[in-house]
Amino acid sequence: MGMTLAEKILAAHCDRQEVRPGELINCQVDFVLANDVTAPLAIEQFRKLGVPSVFDRQRVAMIPDHFTPNKDIKSAENAKMMKEFALEQGLVYYEQGRGGVEHALLPDDGWVLPGEVVVGADSHTCTYGALGCFATGMGSTDIGCAMATGDIWMRVPPSLKLVYQGHLNAWVGGKDIILHTIGDIGTDGALYSAMEFHGEAISQLPMESRLTMSNMAIEAGAKAGLMVPDATTLSYVRARARREWQAQEPDPDAEYAEVREYNVEALEPTVALPHSPGNAVPLSQAPRVEIDQVFIGSCTNGRLSDLRLAAQVMEGRQVHPRVRCIVIPCTNDVYIAALKEGLLAIFAEAGCAVSTPTCGPCLGGYMGILAEGERCVATTNRNFPGRMGHPKAEVYLGNPAVAAASAVAGRLAGPEEVLGSAPK
Amino acid sequence: MTLRGRVHKYGANVDTDVIIPARHLNLNTAEELAPHCMEDIDAEFAQRVRPGDVIVADTNFGCGSSREHAPLALKGAGVSCVVAKSFARIFYRNAINLGLPILECAEAVDGSEAGDELAVELETGTIRNLTKDSEFKAKPYPEFMLELMRAGGLVEYTKRRLASEKR
Repeated sequence: MGMTLAEKILAAHCDRQEVRPGELINCQVDFVLANDVTAPLAIEQFRKLGVPSVFDRQRVAMIPDHFTPNKDIKSAENAKMMKEFALEQGLVYYEQGRGGVEHALLPDDGWVLPGEVVVGADSHTCTYGALGCFATGMGSTDIGCAMATGDIWMRVPPSLKLVYQGHLNAWVGGKDIILHTIGDIGTDGALYSAMEFHGEAISQLPMESRLTMSNMAIEAGAKAGLMVPDATTLSYVRARARREWQAQEPDPDAEYAEVREYNVEALEPTVALPHSPGNAVPLSQAPRVEIDQVFIGSCTNGRLSDLRLAAQVMEGRQVHPRVRCIVIPCTNDVYIAALKEGLLAIFAEAGCAVSTPTCGPCLGGYMGILAEGERCVATTNRNFPGRMGHPKAEVYLGNPAVAAASAVAGRLAGPEEVLGSAPK
Repeated sequence: MTLRGRVHKYGANVDTDVIIPARHLNLNTAEELAPHCMEDIDAEFAQRVRPGDVIVADTNFGCGSSREHAPLALKGAGVSCVVAKSFARIFYRNAINLGLPILECAEAVDGSEAGDELAVELETGTIRNLTKDSEFKAKPYPEFMLELMRAGGLVEYTKRRLASEKR
């Protein structure tokens, strides 16, 4: 009997011919990461183990991104502690102005690769599954121990196969597919499972849009969200890889806990209404509520292609007078590319506040906190109560074109509603 | 060991952003985090909770972020264990790793109300509702999880493993 992609990768990392769902395994890891929020606790646990150094210093990354550039003294102390540890141990480390949001930075800089097992002290570590690796988020204690041993215990998850047929409409991308899926299966629809994304709609998606999809696997409760490497993956990875790697693919007779099929032909831009990523509705059915803020950025949708989409909508137009629109390219490389392409000028001239990379407002850290009763359209991944500020604020999740159109319209809106009107 | 306390009851999908909002993630100790525990869905929780109290919740408790600050804040607040119909997986690992007992038992969730007094025996997974005079049996832990807990959490377990590998 064959194995799924997740099973193939996990078996190869515990020297087994095969593994089956439910089995507990001790698994070698290829890369381990933590950020300025989770690293301090992980380092504390690592120190308790009494080992002098991490298992491999080129396979452990410390990324300052959540509250950096430092938002207050306590955050600064945390970032300093992490940096000192990273420098002392000689780990992969990026300082402000050279790095960015971890889940955009690490694939873009070739640190996480197909066929690998990656564990990170951040729930959106599952992003890298788009490259065909088994990447999963954990807490600081798990990561502190993995930093020392280079392995981790795991229960082999059952796999859920999701097949997307058809061609995507204009202004519809990975964000809409994944929101639609979470809306369909629920925020615990893939609990403890590995999602495996297939189908012609996925084959046609560019790499960045695929990363957006895998990024939100956790929002369905999944342990990982994997895609089978294809020509798109290989050309992305070959240009970046820092190590040798071995891609895997699922066996044709692999056994899935469930197979679900979707046809994307009728899929519209999709929005998750407050207060759950599972409250997904087609944009045409979403209420046209007035808004106070728009945030375009994050590990979900702060990449260059996302900024291009938003700029396409915003070019020559103005952000609505009542709205503050915050644009944050997710890495320094994306920032530079967007600068050179003129995208940042388009945003600034439209009246957006453009910032350097940080997770900042996505998790209600800083750089765009919502007051009581305020509404925000965000390209991020979660809209739980209090996620971006006051627990009585509302967050609507959508793709970058929807976010940009909403900024211009001053209410939840789609790109066609804005592009139909003459540029101002 | 028997844990004993009053029930604080919540619905499904209690996420880590409400267990401990991200604005407090610049804090790292259970004591600092505790006063903010659950503040976005239950503003009075930190004042109301007493040592030993039990959180009882529906499905997918602890979904969302990987922040270990969530089980840490619950421990700091004095919560002795969490009983839910199901747990999000990262929260499950974090709770076991930090020694916050968590039990899966749908019947106990349906059979308990806020304010009820519970007595929880971890070894047997028996949950007794003293107010309603009823008894429930939680889903047993896998053997490896028991081994982790007996060792005193993942750090102690890993320490022993590293020491035995050195020999």
